[in-house]
Amino acid sequence: MGSRRFWSFVRRHLRAYLLGYAAALCAVAAAQVAPWVLRAAVDRVQRGAPGVEVFAAALLGLALGEAAFSYAMRWQILGAAFRIEAELRDALFAHLQGLDASFFHRWRTGDLMARAVSDVRAVQRFAGVGLMRSFHTVVMVASSVAFMLATSPRLTAVTMAILPAATVLFVALGRRIHRRFEVVQERFSDLSVLSQENFSGIRVVKAYAREAAEVQRFRAAVEDLAAAQVRLARVQGALWPAVGLVLGTAAVALLWEGGRLVASGELTLGQLVQFSYYLARLSFPMVAAGWVLNLWQQGRASMARLEEVFRAKPRVQDPPAPVVLPAVRGDLQFRGVWFAYDGRAVLRGVDLHIPAGRTVALVGPTGAGKTTLVSLVPRLFDPTQGSVRLDGVDLRELPLRTVRGAVGFVSQDPFLFSDTLYANVALGSQDDRRVREAFRMARLAKDLDQLPGGYHALVGERGVTLSGGQRQRAALARALARDPRILILDDALSSVDAQTEAEILAELRSVLRSRTAIVITHRLAALEEVDWIVVLDAGRVVEEGTHRDLLRNGGLYAELYEQQRLREALEAEAP
Amino acid sequence: MTTQPYEEEAVGALDRRTAARLLAYVRPYRLRVLAAVGLLLAASATELAGPQLYRIAIDRYIAPRAGSPDVWGLSWVAAVYLLVLGLGFSARWTQNVLMQAVGQQAMADLRTDLFAHLQRLPVAFFHRNPVGRLVTRVTHDVDSLNELLTSGLVAVFGDLVTLFGIVAAMLWLDWRLALVVLAVLPLVYGVTEQFRVRALEAYRAVRVRLARLNAYLNEQITGMSVVQVFNQEERARARFRDLNEDHLRANLASLSNMARFFPAVQVMGTLTVALLLWVGGGRAVQGWVTLGVLVAMIQYAERLFDPIRELAEKFNLLQQAMASSERIFRLLDEPVTLQDPAEPLPLQRVRGTVEFQDVWFAYDAAGADRDGVGWALRGVSFRVEAGERVALVGPTGAGKSSVVQLLCRFYDPQRGRVLLDGVDVRAFRQQDLRRHVGLVLQDVFLFSGTILDNLRLWDPQIPMERVREAARRAGAEGFIERLPQGYHTQVGERGVRLSAGQRQLIALARALVHDPQVLVILDEATSSVDAETEQQVLEALRGALQGRTTIVVAHRLATVQAVDRILVLHRGRLVEEGTHRELMARDGVYAKLYRLQTGQRRWTRSGAGGGG
Repeated sequence: MGSRRFWSFVRRHLRAYLLGYAAALCAVAAAQVAPWVLRAAVDRVQRGAPGVEVFAAALLGLALGEAAFSYAMRWQILGAAFRIEAELRDALFAHLQGLDASFFHRWRTGDLMARAVSDVRAVQRFAGVGLMRSFHTVVMVASSVAFMLATSPRLTAVTMAILPAATVLFVALGRRIHRRFEVVQERFSDLSVLSQENFSGIRVVKAYAREAAEVQRFRAAVEDLAAAQVRLARVQGALWPAVGLVLGTAAVALLWEGGRLVASGELTLGQLVQFSYYLARLSFPMVAAGWVLNLWQQGRASMARLEEVFRAKPRVQDPPAPVVLPAVRGDLQFRGVWFAYDGRAVLRGVDLHIPAGRTVALVGPTGAGKTTLVSLVPRLFDPTQGSVRLDGVDLRELPLRTVRGAVGFVSQDPFLFSDTLYANVALGSQDDRRVREAFRMARLAKDLDQLPGGYHALVGERGVTLSGGQRQRAALARALARDPRILILDDALSSVDAQTEAEILAELRSVLRSRTAIVITHRLAALEEVDWIVVLDAGRVVEEGTHRDLLRNGGLYAELYEQQRLREALEAEAP
Repeated sequence: MTTQPYEEEAVGALDRRTAARLLAYVRPYRLRVLAAVGLLLAASATELAGPQLYRIAIDRYIAPRAGSPDVWGLSWVAAVYLLVLGLGFSARWTQNVLMQAVGQQAMADLRTDLFAHLQRLPVAFFHRNPVGRLVTRVTHDVDSLNELLTSGLVAVFGDLVTLFGIVAAMLWLDWRLALVVLAVLPLVYGVTEQFRVRALEAYRAVRVRLARLNAYLNEQITGMSVVQVFNQEERARARFRDLNEDHLRANLASLSNMARFFPAVQVMGTLTVALLLWVGGGRAVQGWVTLGVLVAMIQYAERLFDPIRELAEKFNLLQQAMASSERIFRLLDEPVTLQDPAEPLPLQRVRGTVEFQDVWFAYDAAGADRDGVGWALRGVSFRVEAGERVALVGPTGAGKSSVVQLLCRFYDPQRGRVLLDGVDVRAFRQQDLRRHVGLVLQDVFLFSGTILDNLRLWDPQIPMERVREAARRAGAEGFIERLPQGYHTQVGERGVRLSAGQRQLIALARALVHDPQVLVILDEATSSVDAETEQQVLEALRGALQGRTTIVVAHRLATVQAVDRILVLHRGRLVEEGTHRELMARDGVYAKLYRLQTGQRRWTRSGAGGGG
């Protein structure tokens, strides 16, 4: 385990580990004394002397002692491991919270989930069972071998020639099992992805009548998985029987050689029994060694996968010495802003000034970089080059809380949490009056009657499914509820019907009067009277001005607008 | 206390039925299962032989000390012992592999059945059930069933055989000493049972909490940017901490139970040995039992505890697997509400007349009352001629999407009929129907795979030229070819690597690739494409749609241009129909909608007054 992070988590529970190890030592001591007692008892019986009761009582006392100590060992070490698991997962969550949007674009949710769940658990298993067993095993093996040597060096030599084969077998088979298991995991994950996509896209599947073909694709994936499983079973199914075979062979060797020694009087029967107990004590550690090795390998691999996430540096961070703005006015300035995603430049030197309180419309063809540009304002990303300034200060010099607190961002495909509708809207606001006002302005209040529970209707998986329009209105209300200085609407009402949209826009008039706003829309007709229009094309501002200026310039805007106007005129005259 | 057995029985009865269904999947492989059971019996027998061989060795060759040691006899016993071990090993290994193969085959059959059944379920079902849960059914739940089959049922049988075998062997060796051992068993049973019940509770507690934790984590990862933009990190973290702590507490409770059980079993093992020594030792001294018998008894006693402990653990495993299988079979029993007719009409060539006759439809039939509340469509009738182009307009919730859903038969109406070429769509096989009814959806869904996979939907028979042609007509060719890998570009999970507009162009192209012979229905497909792209797409489509019946569901009235007729829906009723001009002249719902949309241009004038 080469991860410094892992050991730092372990170090926090050093006391528990030390106590656990001390308990382990005591448990082993109690366990190792018992065969002595047994030997004395057997020899006594064979001699025909009475008084075995004392030995029986001693055995029981030792067993109780061992039980108490091994309980303490498990509780301390395994408990610490569970705590480490929780702490590690918490640290991971906190780390994820600091990462920027580009990270979440690169990483699939399922992948992150797998790391937070399975990998964290694999680390826990190593921290618990792994660290406990490795210590216990070493102590057990060392003391057993010592006692065996003390009892009969000859028998020790005979049996120890055989036993290590169990470990070798375990490691050798373990490696092959591991490889085959990985194949199984891969196939299993293929199957998950296939079924997940099928279910999510069931309408497409059905619309194109692909059901039979999908079942075939699924069957093939299932057969692949089954084949991999059987391949795994051929090795895995041999593991425990083979280990049992080795241990059994050692026991036979002991019976044969030890029996001769007893028969010839070189050893007492009690000693033989005692020896057989030490041998039995060794058999579990022989297997456990391989098992611990496995745990260690898995734990190390998992920790490495977690490190990959931990290593991801948040690209958007609080500055070390933030500039404090007394109050945000809302003056926005983009200066020579470049942004590249996956090496592809999305923004190529955008210069733009939006004075406080102005409403600016952003238009342009698909892929022009409109969404990317507005995402820079709440610092979902930072520009690759250039700067975005709020009230004249580079966003990167301001506290993140200030920047984000000033922005109300409504995206086209809003994300709602599985919580009540009210909680979703009140996400950034504690002011009940304002939240209810936001419901009203976003025209969400009128939907409440139809929703079970009204304000407290549960949204999401276990609650109601909102329509696209309702979701967009909820997102708008969420942004309005926090009373932002800057409001960004990224095609935010595209699924809202025209009538409701008009009502909402009428409401927004008063809100926008005192705020900076950036509105992305595909509806050119809505732009005629907006005071400033910015036309973005291929990551550059190609035109800006009033509707009238832009029309007069005869550029891209005029072109788009002319097409639209013609179409509307045609439509008005349609037969 | 008295109700407990009844409850247990009730669960048992239910389990038997589930088990019977499960066994039906194993039946095709029953010969192999029989062979596996035979091997298991053999393996158990080899296990019983060990202590007996020890007894013989001690009593005959080791303990007597009469004259010279009988090396040959001892070697003979050792050789037999080795042989027995070898047999045990082969039997176990073969049995393991055999059972896995059976289990895997049976599970492959079950999985495919389950998946195929899901494919037959209506779209509504997938709206009701979260995808994650369905995926779990197909993957993990089936896996735990496999566990039940391979290591569960057969191994439990093996454990029981071993258990009874040991008891029998002990009774045969010396029934009085055997009774001493058996006297401890009630204690063992009590402790084991207590452990089992607590372990099951603890396991459930951990599982529930883990599920909550995972659901929260999943949601937080998906919605991270919202959390960040709204400065909610601390609150989210606090909630996560609560869930995490809760999970930890459950884990510790489970650990405490487990950490007590294993040492307790060990103590009871020693107790048995001590009792044997005490009782048997005295008798051996008096010469009533031989030393070999005593040693063999001790060995048996120690082996007795393994199957008991394993049974306790497996019993819980069985219960979990039973829960899984119940969930799976419940899913398999989910009725296919949209059945294909027993004798479907063939649907080779379609002219393309579409007719709705007094169609009443509610997504939730139980929630819709007679007064017309809760209905998505309320007595809608209209007819679209072959080759005609019709637009469906209306405010959100007017029922436009419902019309499309019914036409593709994703749902059936509660009253009235939907006809294609004068025949009720319920008379056709759904697949035949949909092969002719091309649908471009509002919520574009892309599969992870290449652009080509998404266009052809993994149908290798579609030639590349047709794909290119469709992409060109949809206006998607330009950006596809600009991508580094072109058609072989991976689109990522749900197409995240493409913009919303690009995804819609792909969806359009997909519809054209599959060349629905008659109908193309655009369900607001162009909503997130900018005006220029939309224009391109509309141009392209106009050519592609020549001669096909087309129903355009349009959000923006601008896209309604160049249709033959407009149907206006309002609150589930067809309120107006006609051309744009007729409808404007009528000054009804359509005219109001139209004016509202064109009038929207005024909003910014007063709204942005402060900016000058």
